[in-house]
Amino acid sequence: MNMQTKPLIARRSPGPDGEKIITLAALAVGGQGGGVLTNWIVAVAEANGYRAQSTSVAGVAQRTGATIYYVEMCRDTGRMPVFSLSPAIGDVDILMASELMEGGRAIMRGFVTPGRTTMIASTHRIPAVSEKIAPGDGRANGPEVIEAMGIAADHVVAFDMETVAKQAGSVISSSLLGALAGSGALPFPRESYEEVIRQSGRGVEASLRAFGVAYEIATGESPAPAPETETVAPVPVLHVPEKLRAQWAALEARLAALPAEVREMAGLGLKKVVDYQDLGYGADYLGMVEKAVAVDAAPYEMSAAAAKYCARALCYDDLLRVADIKTRATRFARVKDEVVVNEGQLLMLTEYFHPRFEELATTLPRGLGRWLQSRKGLEAWYTRHFDKGRRVRTDSLSGFALLWMVSALRPLRRRLLRHDSEMRHVSAWFDTVLQTAATDRALATELLANYRLIKGYSDTHARGLSKFAKVMGARDLLAGRPDAADWMRRLRNAALDDVEGEKLDGALATVRSFAA
Amino acid sequence: MAERSFAKEVQKLKQGEGETFTGEGILAITKALLENGVGYVGGYQGSPISHLMDVLADAQDILGELGVHFEASASEATATAMLAASVHYPIRGAVTYKSVVGTNVASDALSNLASGGVTGGALIIVGEDYGEGSSIMQERTYAFAMKSQVWMLDPRPNLPSIVKAVGDGFELSELSNTPVMLQVGIRSCHVHGHFEASDNKRPEMTVSEALENPKRKLDRIVLPPATYIHEAEKLTKRKPAAERFIVEKGINERFGDAGGKVGLILQGGTYNTVVRALNRLGLADLYGDTEIDMLVLNCVYPLVDSQILDFCEGKDAVLIIEEGHPNYIEQQVAHMLYQSGKRVKLEGKGKLPMGGEYTGQVMVEGLGAFFSEHAPSLLPVAKVATNEEPVAIPDLSQTLPARPPGFCTGCPERPIFAATKLVEEELGPHHISSDIGCHLFSIMPPFDIGATTMGYGLGPASAAAFHNENRKGRRAISFVGDGGFWHNGLTSSVGNAVFNKSDNVIVIVDNFYSSATGGQDILSSRAVNKTKQTQNSIVDAVKGMGVKWVRQIDRTYDVTKMRDTLKEALTTEEEGPKVIVASSECMLNKQRRVKPELAKAAKDGKRVVRPRFGVDEDVCTGDHACMRLSGCPSLSVKDTGDPLRDDPVAAIDQTCVGCGNCGEVADAAVLCPSFYQAEIVTNPTARETRRATRSGRIISWLQRRRDAKRVVFA
Repeated sequence: MNMQTKPLIARRSPGPDGEKIITLAALAVGGQGGGVLTNWIVAVAEANGYRAQSTSVAGVAQRTGATIYYVEMCRDTGRMPVFSLSPAIGDVDILMASELMEGGRAIMRGFVTPGRTTMIASTHRIPAVSEKIAPGDGRANGPEVIEAMGIAADHVVAFDMETVAKQAGSVISSSLLGALAGSGALPFPRESYEEVIRQSGRGVEASLRAFGVAYEIATGESPAPAPETETVAPVPVLHVPEKLRAQWAALEARLAALPAEVREMAGLGLKKVVDYQDLGYGADYLGMVEKAVAVDAAPYEMSAAAAKYCARALCYDDLLRVADIKTRATRFARVKDEVVVNEGQLLMLTEYFHPRFEELATTLPRGLGRWLQSRKGLEAWYTRHFDKGRRVRTDSLSGFALLWMVSALRPLRRRLLRHDSEMRHVSAWFDTVLQTAATDRALATELLANYRLIKGYSDTHARGLSKFAKVMGARDLLAGRPDAADWMRRLRNAALDDVEGEKLDGALATVRSFAA
Repeated sequence: MAERSFAKEVQKLKQGEGETFTGEGILAITKALLENGVGYVGGYQGSPISHLMDVLADAQDILGELGVHFEASASEATATAMLAASVHYPIRGAVTYKSVVGTNVASDALSNLASGGVTGGALIIVGEDYGEGSSIMQERTYAFAMKSQVWMLDPRPNLPSIVKAVGDGFELSELSNTPVMLQVGIRSCHVHGHFEASDNKRPEMTVSEALENPKRKLDRIVLPPATYIHEAEKLTKRKPAAERFIVEKGINERFGDAGGKVGLILQGGTYNTVVRALNRLGLADLYGDTEIDMLVLNCVYPLVDSQILDFCEGKDAVLIIEEGHPNYIEQQVAHMLYQSGKRVKLEGKGKLPMGGEYTGQVMVEGLGAFFSEHAPSLLPVAKVATNEEPVAIPDLSQTLPARPPGFCTGCPERPIFAATKLVEEELGPHHISSDIGCHLFSIMPPFDIGATTMGYGLGPASAAAFHNENRKGRRAISFVGDGGFWHNGLTSSVGNAVFNKSDNVIVIVDNFYSSATGGQDILSSRAVNKTKQTQNSIVDAVKGMGVKWVRQIDRTYDVTKMRDTLKEALTTEEEGPKVIVASSECMLNKQRRVKPELAKAAKDGKRVVRPRFGVDEDVCTGDHACMRLSGCPSLSVKDTGDPLRDDPVAAIDQTCVGCGNCGEVADAAVLCPSFYQAEIVTNPTARETRRATRSGRIISWLQRRRDAKRVVFA
């Protein structure tokens, strides 16, 4: 806890005429237009008969680092106040943050004071590099920061101002200004803000729209946009051809027979698996889930995990799948939407592939593939001549046809070398799970979740496999311990935490020390 | 500054008598130079004074009218040497550069200039970059002023005071035949305010006039025996003259009640923070009116003994407020007081922190401590006895991610370091020396590349010691930007490596501008610049220096080529330094130039292709390996909303400029096929539209045919 205990209560004293200096600090991520915002605020203040001064430490602002802008203003009484050039701990009246974690940073730096500071913060996230590079989910804990705002600030205006700006076709500085105006923290009328925006000249209409929406959200007249995290991808419809209806119905019947707790996840899993291969594959999948249910009991947490991770295990990422996904109509539609292709515009689409000898060999029938793998000379020759990046234009006929033909191999998938190795890996894993379930269901559940470690392609995939093997290896060391499941979870999280796997090795060493 | 226009600022420079100037501190200084009849201006860009250079570069017409010569110096040494024009001629000259780092480079010329002394006013505007947000090592320029005996002004941080300091500086320089440093803090440079403008003045003598009437005075030339005379003159003539000027002109200001029992001696630059602290302690109103006796040193060197002693007369205690260390001012004052046998208690560092920026909080605490010890009666009771309940605020230090600066979206330097990472994965880690410039962000995640940075253009030089006895062994890799290369890297780094038969690898990051300082043009800039000769080849320069092994890469985004070239450089049998010139335009400046062009072309119905990248989230497995080789702001993580998946997947947002790095890295590192490049064609030709429609029809037929035979979901 960073307690706000200062030996002296150092609060600003007003002028002879009761005029007060108002201090405003804006924390932004470089490139967010903090300069524009401060210029607007200064202009608004001066338009309302105030004297104002702004400073910034631009330094590396343009280059994505955290930056601070600072404004002081005071009702003009004919004399120039001595304005300070930088925000001071416990001396900020209005704190604006153009990103959630920057808001948190302001609190940590002591710029948000209980009973004094109005905090105006956008709750959207711009993940920092350190959050993006974790092999798992490295994102910071947003709710914790929002909670801290409530404690630290006198008055909080916090919502996703980035989305508000985007929807209005503007940038965040406009919605921030709107939130500031709406918060009532400054004694200036709405019109004076809007006038300043009009005078600024560029993108006026969009800016005014964003300003208006943000203003009304800040005053509570209209609701804030829903946080991005709550928006769930729309579930695509299932398309079943006439001929296959009966078979599909049979699978749905088996699905319905599963315990309620498992059904939803199993339903999603079944669709995924069938979509990946075919109905027969779906039957295999349900078979695995049913096995799990058989050794499970309410609340069927293990079976739910089985439903989730078996689906993932069966839908391994191979050339066929990639080719399939990249040639789907729905995918074309999504891309068009994502990159915004308007009427009259054309879309050229280039895919980046880099098929190596492994991919080639494992995408061949078992026997042939094995034979090829054993031919080191061939491998060298391939690597020399063919191991390079391939650009495929999927908007062109030739490019599309190429991928389409690869995807058309799907019915043969079960005979391919890759499938063979994947299935051996899956069944080994699933057998271990079932054995474990007999004695320790919680541990079995964790073993299922370990499949999360297997992801990526080529080297990344290989690294994932080795991490998976290491973590699974700890099962025998842990079996029988009351906290086995807990430790298994820790091991997995360690593995997800860093790339090199040092954390994992550390955790494993600890586990081994139990056995010893 | 090919890609940015400062026309608006230039208009402000034209203002005259009766008009009110509004703008940033550094622009006010620029205007003040013209109002004070400056004859020539030079300097080297760098925060916080780049703006002065940028604006003057665009102000050729005004400068022409006034007969003022401006040039962007090759380095701070060049800039300071340029002041030689004021040695024999009564011409006012000004140069500018970044704080202590610039002064370090300038110091050879500075010593010579200071020894011989000047006839015309010579002003050195030093942009201090100390404390929060500083991009450089924390040292004081003050030491240079003392050792070279040049005077240093540190005006109160408001536009009128700063502008006045420019005029005072020139006068002081002329009166004492000594160059004068005008020190302005980073916030003073960026402070937005007003001052009453006056008309620009034509210099009394222009540099052209000087050329037509050459002069030389032997006693101003730095050569024995004159040098001995110079030293004596500094002590017996120049310094006393300066001290007289400081007192008579009232350069330093006195505030508050002269009879006060306690007093403050402070640098002008800290005045506003001090007044705010006094206000918060109930000892000053918000206009600075106070009982507290203050001596504000707008000139921090030299100090005038009589003035200091007079201030201390009859006081119980005096606090020196001096930012940074060593506490040179405090030491000098202590010496004066001791010599004159004064009893006054001297406080300074101790009550205030030894180092670090004197922020509002620091100042409140320091002054609070000083007054409670030496004048407790002054402090209002309310300020001393706290009755406020402290509120416990959650500690977020574990939650908040650090946000260090990094490469911009689409930066051409990103792929260079991605390639370096890939090479290290193959050949193992190497010793890597970095340099000053944007490329230094390679030190940060996700690249974590680079062990030292020894100064501008000194990257390769800082690898000089690393001579591997085993010729087949590892080599050091060093980076230097095009800015650093022309600043002094050509000789100090490349020349040195050639001369000493270094086997190391030098990567010259050529992005067509001095980007880190705001995108100024340099010798190798590709843009046409009417006042400068650009388009000078780095490769030719390097070859001219005697480098045999040189490789030019024209598209840094080609990660595979970048990686292979670097690998070759590290493994080739060839002797001598291996130099790779990696060239692609700074994306920030490229966008500034290209965006409006493309927008116009599209409007005029011309065919325009806008590239951008995307990720197929069904193909992405959420391992984020791509981000460990990128760190691009536009490449981020997002939730899929699919309950079957645990980890967020990669996503590319609207800010993507389609530089190609994502795809190239995925290819070179064999990551995954999730990335696609989308090129949106505006105003396509009739022919390609027909082709697109035709293939579109066939494609959707194939898709329907396939879907008709299977169960599809998604």
